[in-house]
Amino acid sequence: MAKIITSKEAAALIKSGDSVMFGGFMGCGTAQNVVNELAKLGTDNLTAMCNDGAKTLPDGTFYGISELIHNKQFKKFYATHIGLNPEVGQQMNDGSLEVVLIPQGSFAEMLRAGGAGLGGVITPTGVGTIIEGYEYVQGKVNYDGVDYLILKPLKADFAVLKGYKVDKAGNICYHGTARNFNPMMATAAKTVIVEAENLVEIGELDPDNIVTPGMFVDYIVYDGGNK
Amino acid sequence: MDKAQIKAVIAARAAKELKDGDIVNLGIGIPTLIPTYLPEGVNIQLQAECGMINAGGAPAPEDAEPAHICDAGGSPASILTGGAFIDSSMSFTMIRGGHVNGTFLGALQVDEKGNLANWIIPGKTVPGMGGAMDLVVGANKVIVTMEHTAKGNHKILKDCTLPLTAVKCVDMIITEMGVMNVTDKGIELVEIHPEFTVEDVQAATGATLIISPDLKPMDL
Repeated sequence: MAKIITSKEAAALIKSGDSVMFGGFMGCGTAQNVVNELAKLGTDNLTAMCNDGAKTLPDGTFYGISELIHNKQFKKFYATHIGLNPEVGQQMNDGSLEVVLIPQGSFAEMLRAGGAGLGGVITPTGVGTIIEGYEYVQGKVNYDGVDYLILKPLKADFAVLKGYKVDKAGNICYHGTARNFNPMMATAAKTVIVEAENLVEIGELDPDNIVTPGMFVDYIVYDGGNK
Repeated sequence: MDKAQIKAVIAARAAKELKDGDIVNLGIGIPTLIPTYLPEGVNIQLQAECGMINAGGAPAPEDAEPAHICDAGGSPASILTGGAFIDSSMSFTMIRGGHVNGTFLGALQVDEKGNLANWIIPGKTVPGMGGAMDLVVGANKVIVTMEHTAKGNHKILKDCTLPLTAVKCVDMIITEMGVMNVTDKGIELVEIHPEFTVEDVQAATGATLIISPDLKPMDL
């Protein structure tokens, strides 16, 4: 049964050197309170997996995981797009951050494979490009005249998710495009933490609308009125 | 033409490629202008890879929900009646699985084999491929919308020199100078903007153009 904790307690579970998946697409669907606490703790040497580096808002406010990048808390970063957070490119070029770029659809399926017990993903995406030499590409096959790349599944120590309505059993309903990678990440990590925007009683969620069943969730983060 | 006119010409011509009911993914930049120029009676469904089908435009500031509904650039967005929110796996099932009729996107380079480069300039800019590699492999029709040259340098080439996004994926190129189809024999100029001659277009192109015997003025 999922345990209800604060964002501060959740951030403290993650230790230096751990691998962490962060849900979100440009910060939309990222567990911001947990990320903020993780930034305060300064936990470093993390291997992060997130669609993008998010962005720092014009007024200087960090958004999504951008503060963790700013603080240099990642040693390695698996992402699909980093162009909107210039700090990722700077750290990549000065050698302080190892960035592994993955096509977005491949990233989604590598997470799904990691959680679904599959040995990998076979996709036509990336054939004939430099990604054929990237670390997650295991080889190439040809079926019926079409070339495909074989990609490794992704797994991690932690998944840090954001849910819109979460019941006390950890069942998650998402809202809007904030869903993105959260449902796949929920299945692919040893320890799964979901930050609840709204925490509701068991039975309040319609079972038809639950996207991530609570069996995947270890910790529910609720600080009493999360944004 | 100034920059704004160039963008308007490209977007207006690109809009003519769309049929009523098409499901389309639009890249950043010029493609986002295309819906403005849709002909009367042509309604399309926009697929946004961040997780929705039937995406709407930017909401009024008071209706924006930046924590919940964003477009593929991370800006607040909206969804139309009848739309659906989807996770990223479903989003790319639509894209990679051939369920999206067309994608319009910009390019750094395109070559006569239909190879596309638009995600990395080694040693300089590395924005990442995002959804582009999946889109150009999976969408039924791939249309590059871009300025014909970059500060006078050729972007349409015999062979791309930058790392590719995908091989042999581009079907059509629309620029301010004209419309080109990528064929087995090379790039065929099928429409030309009245401000330019065939010689102008050839001079601005790094591959030898095939001039369509049926060359028409650009349909704007």
